Amino acid sequence: MTDLSKVTIQGYRRDNGRVGVRNHVLILPLDDISNAACEAVANNIKGTLAIPHAYGRLQFGIDLDVHFRTIIGTGCNPNVAAVVVIGIEPGWTQKVVDGIAATGKPVEGFSIEQNGDLKTIMNASRAAKDMVHYASELQREECSISDLWISTKCGESDTTTGLGSCPTVGNMYDKLLPHGIYGCFGETSEITGAEHICKKRAINEEVGERWYKMWKAYSEEVIFANQTDDLSDSQPTKGNIEGGLTTIEEKALGNLEKIGRTSQYIDILEPAEAPQSGKGLYFMDSSSAAAECVTLMAAGGYVLHTFPTGQGNVIGNPIVPVIKITANPRTVRTMSEHVDVDVSGILRRDMTIDQAGDELIEMICRTANGRNTAAEALGHREFSMTKYYRSA
Amino acid sequence: MSEIPHLLVHEQGDSVGVVVVEGLEANTDMLVCVTHDNSTFRLTALEGVPIGHKIALKDLAKGDTVFKYGEDIGIMTADVKKGHHLHTQNCKTKRW
Repeated sequence: MTDLSKVTIQGYRRDNGRVGVRNHVLILPLDDISNAACEAVANNIKGTLAIPHAYGRLQFGIDLDVHFRTIIGTGCNPNVAAVVVIGIEPGWTQKVVDGIAATGKPVEGFSIEQNGDLKTIMNASRAAKDMVHYASELQREECSISDLWISTKCGESDTTTGLGSCPTVGNMYDKLLPHGIYGCFGETSEITGAEHICKKRAINEEVGERWYKMWKAYSEEVIFANQTDDLSDSQPTKGNIEGGLTTIEEKALGNLEKIGRTSQYIDILEPAEAPQSGKGLYFMDSSSAAAECVTLMAAGGYVLHTFPTGQGNVIGNPIVPVIKITANPRTVRTMSEHVDVDVSGILRRDMTIDQAGDELIEMICRTANGRNTAAEALGHREFSMTKYYRSA
Repeated sequence: MSEIPHLLVHEQGDSVGVVVVEGLEANTDMLVCVTHDNSTFRLTALEGVPIGHKIALKDLAKGDTVFKYGEDIGIMTADVKKGHHLHTQNCKTKRW
């Protein structure tokens, strides 16, 4: 087998040393009411990408913290070359600009009050055009596979994810984490039923205890505080049940296959928080809803996402390539345009988990080098903000 | 494995296996494979069960715990006979 320590990819080395695999010029709204101006700028200047979203006004407390972390983290992601930020007023707009500027990449902010949409769009379009010239001259260079930050989350799971696609991701992590990549898994609610196993997969008892406290607080403060009925229709989802999953425990045990046999997580991240404890695997406290979770992990700095699916979740992300892996032969047959890595051979017993892991690593390298994923080709750019509670 | 298995079981001792072929019909003489050690045995499916859904490997009574991955995945809410479909109509989480 290939010596993974010698495997290289062609990436964009940013000023802060991080490696990106895409080279986006973002037009980033601070708040919902700046979406129209951002979309107008993206329409004016080809080669830019607006990321409209639903929130950013009258938020407060930890709900506001996660909003800023998500917006700033998205701009900081190494898959982004340069950023135009547009907000309704200059104060919070500048806070986002300053946060992104810490990476050393070009970023400029524009606020709409006392200018109006049209003048803002004109000024921001001129800045965006300069950024496109800048970004389009950046060259990919040889980087180590260990420079990659790879996240994972599964969706539209069924029993085949626990048998095939999740263990494939786990095998990839078992092979690549020892070479120094950063990994990330999460989905706090979907560990329910396997929490006793997840707790033991921490690097040490202290981290395991912190993880367990986080999981328990989530269960008590979110699930049990807000439940109005038996959650059997939400976890597992209708799609999960259609695919054959019966209980949350069964779903959780399959989900946890994504961290393989030997990998251990070294720390726990708040939603959209960037890792601070060095290379290794992290758990991010996050929703199990696909778009919310991938958005948070991208804001945490992860540049590639591996996404096992059973019944065929079609999600993508604006800035991070989402690689879809399925072991379900019916999904391969009916939804092949959404599948990047077909591991249905695992169910026929003509492909081992080890072989499937190697195929995923190969697809990770190809994707890092520039191959568009199925979700990118199909235009899936789901960007969903996590919200803790209603705005003031 | 020359013959493609119909049903995959994670661990020895699990109560259920997962149908991994489309269009499984009643009275199929299934090849069952335990993925943990690649051991195989035969079991007759007593009803048609969709791909991805589970079949009981033994008779289970209401109140019994169901094991998959060698772990507790829920409790039986009705009896089920070996070879039959095990899902939300006869099994439920212990959590909620």
